[in-house]
Amino acid sequence: MDIAINTGNSRYQVDKNGYYGRFGGAYIPEMLYPNVAELQSRYLEVLSDPGFQQEFEDLLRDYVGRPSPLYFAKRLSEKYKAKIYLKREDLNHTGAHKVNNTIGQILLAKRLGKHRIIAETGAGQHGVATATVCALMGMECVVYMGSIDIERQAPNVARMKMLGATVVPATSGSKTLKDATNEAIRDWINNPVDTHYILGTAAGPHPYPDMVARFQSVISEEIKKQLLEKTGSEDPNYVVACIGGGSNAAGAYFHYLDRENVKLVAVEAGGKGVHSGFSAATTQLGTIGIIHASKTLLMQTNDGQIVEPHSISAGLDYPGIGPMHAHLYESGRAQFLSATDEEALAAAYELSLLEGIIPAMESAHALAKLKDLTLQPEDVVVVCLSGRGDKDLDTYIRHMNK
Amino acid sequence: MQNRIDQLFAKKQHGVLNIYCTAGFPQLNDTLPVMTALQQHGADLIELGMPFSDPLADGPVIQDSSTKALQNGMSLHKLFEQLSGFRDRIQVPVILMGYFNPVLTYGVEAFCAKCAEVGVDGIIVPDLPMAEYENEYRPVFEKYNLHLIFLVTPETSEERIRKIDSLSKGFLYAVSSSSTTGKDKDMGDQQAYFERLKKLQLSNPVLIGFGIKDKATFEAASAHANGAIIGTAFIKAIEHSQNIDETVKTFISGIIQQ
Ligand SMILES: Cc1ncc(COP(=O)(O)O)c(C=O)c1O
Repeated sequence: MDIAINTGNSRYQVDKNGYYGRFGGAYIPEMLYPNVAELQSRYLEVLSDPGFQQEFEDLLRDYVGRPSPLYFAKRLSEKYKAKIYLKREDLNHTGAHKVNNTIGQILLAKRLGKHRIIAETGAGQHGVATATVCALMGMECVVYMGSIDIERQAPNVARMKMLGATVVPATSGSKTLKDATNEAIRDWINNPVDTHYILGTAAGPHPYPDMVARFQSVISEEIKKQLLEKTGSEDPNYVVACIGGGSNAAGAYFHYLDRENVKLVAVEAGGKGVHSGFSAATTQLGTIGIIHASKTLLMQTNDGQIVEPHSISAGLDYPGIGPMHAHLYESGRAQFLSATDEEALAAAYELSLLEGIIPAMESAHALAKLKDLTLQPEDVVVVCLSGRGDKDLDTYIRHMNK
Repeated sequence: MQNRIDQLFAKKQHGVLNIYCTAGFPQLNDTLPVMTALQQHGADLIELGMPFSDPLADGPVIQDSSTKALQNGMSLHKLFEQLSGFRDRIQVPVILMGYFNPVLTYGVEAFCAKCAEVGVDGIIVPDLPMAEYENEYRPVFEKYNLHLIFLVTPETSEERIRKIDSLSKGFLYAVSSSSTTGKDKDMGDQQAYFERLKKLQLSNPVLIGFGIKDKATFEAASAHANGAIIGTAFIKAIEHSQNIDETVKTFISGIIQQ
C-alpha cells in the first residue's frame, strides 16, 4: 500500500509549480505563506519516508479496515447489462473514503510538530473522519461547518462532539461547505504556528490537491490488484465517481490517469437541474477563477462573485472543483456528467433494493449515471461507492413519505 | 504624471493616515460622499474595498460590510461608474483593495486600464501572490502606472521582505500580526517586529495595518512606521451613520490633531 510518489511525466499529475495545465497554484494571502510554504517544501519528503509509509499502511489496515472490498454487484449488473463492481469505501471506519486522507494528514501534522487541527466539513463525513483521527492522536480538533449543513447532517454533528471535537457553525454567505472552508482558512490565518489545516478534498492551494489525491490513491491501487484477481486485468473499461471537490474521484482515478484505455467518468450534482438556478454542476456552469486559493473552474456571476450552489447532498454542495478535475475536464481525459437530486434519490433506492446497500447521497450521484453510459455486456465498470447512507436517512425518509 | 502615492510620501513621511472603507457601504451611493469627507477631514490616503462574496483575509466586520455592499447592488462595473470623474473633486491618492477573482473575471488588463482612466493610484490584492504577479501580471500594472502594494507579516522572513520590497511600489502594508482584519492584538507584542522592519531600511515606505483603532494605536504604529491604516474601526463608525460628513469628521478628529 505505497503512497504514490512519482510525479514523472504524467500529463494529468501536478507540475512542479503546483499546476494541472492552467489550473491550480496557491493564491494565498501573505499571512498563510509560512504555513503553505512549509507544506509545499516538506510534503513529498514526509510522504516518501519509509517510517511514515509504514505507519500510514498499518493504520489503514488495522484501524480503517483496508483494503476495502471490490464487490461484484450481480443484480445491478443484470439490470445495466455490464459487469459492475462497487469499490466499498462505505465499509471504511467512519463510513466514507474521507478517513484515508485524515489518517495521512494527521501523521503529517505530527511530523510537522503541530498540536491543533482544524477542518471544514459539508456532509460531516470529513469532520467525523478528522475528529476521529484527532481522538486517536490526542490532538485538539475544531471543525467548521455551515449552519445549514449542521441542520441537515445532525447525526454527524453529534458524532463529532462525542469524539471530542468543537463544531463551529459558519454563518456567513450561503452557510454551507464554501463558507465553512472560508472560516477554516481564517482560523488558520489567525493561528499560523501551532495549527494544521486538514482540508478534506482535492481542492485548495497547492499542495493540498496533490497531497489529498496521493492519500486517496490507495483506492485505485487496491482496485488494480482486486480487478486483476477477479477479471485477469487491472484495467476496467470505466471508473465512475461523484465529485464534490474531487477527493474520492482523484483516488479512484489516480493510477488510471495515464492509461487512456480506461474511461474516467465524473458525476457532479445537478441539483434541481443544471439550468434551474439550483445546481452544483461546476464544469457545466463554471468559468475560470480563484476559489479557496486555487485557480480552477467555479460558479460565479459576471462580476466575479462566487455563486451559492444547490445540491440535496451536502458533500457535493460546492461551487468549485479541484484543479486536477478542472484539467481532466478541459483536456477531455474525463467525461463529466451530472445527476439531479431526483436521479440520485432514485439510484439510492435502487441500490438499497437490488444489493442491500444504502449508499451516501453523494455516492448515489455516481450510481445514477449508470443508466446514461452506453455499456456493452463485457464492459467492466467500477463505481466508487464513496460512503454509506446512515447520515442521509432523514433525507431518504422524507422522500419515502412523499 | 508621477503616481499620487509617491507624491504623498515625497512630502510626508510621518503619521500618514490611510482609511479603508468598503465601496457601496453603508448605502450604495455613499462611496463618493465617504471619500469626499475623508479627504476633507484629513485622511492622507483612501483605500476603497471592492466587495467580494468570499473575503478570506477579513474578519466579521469587513465581511459584513462587503455582504451589505453586494446586497446594495455594488459591483466592479458600478464602482467604476461611481468613480468616473471623481478626480475633479478628490486629490488624495486612492487605492483599490480586493480579492483576485473579481479582477480576473473583469480581465486584469481591462481592470488596470479602467483604474488608470478614472484616476486610481494603487491596488492591494491580498490573494495575488508575489510569484504570480512577477511571472504574469507585473507588466500590465506597470503599463498603467498602478502601484501594486504587497503585505508583509511578522512571520515573513527577511529575505522574502526584501524580495517583496523590490517588487512593491508605493508602500509596504505591514500586517501587525498574522490575523484577519479586525482582530485585537496587543501592540506591545508587535514592537520587535516593527523595529525589525525599520532596521531593514527598505526602499518603500511602510504603513501598519490591521488592529489600528484609535489615537493611541495610531500613534504607536506611526512611531514605528510612516503611518497606519484603519479599517474595521472606521467601518463600525459609519455603519449606522445618519450624517456621513459629521461621522467622518468626529472619527478622524479622534485620531489626529487638526
Ligand atoms: C460519502 C461522500 N462522498 C463524496 C463526497 C464528496 O467529496 P469528494 O469530491 O472530495 O470526494 C463526500 C463529501 O463530503 C462524502 O461524504
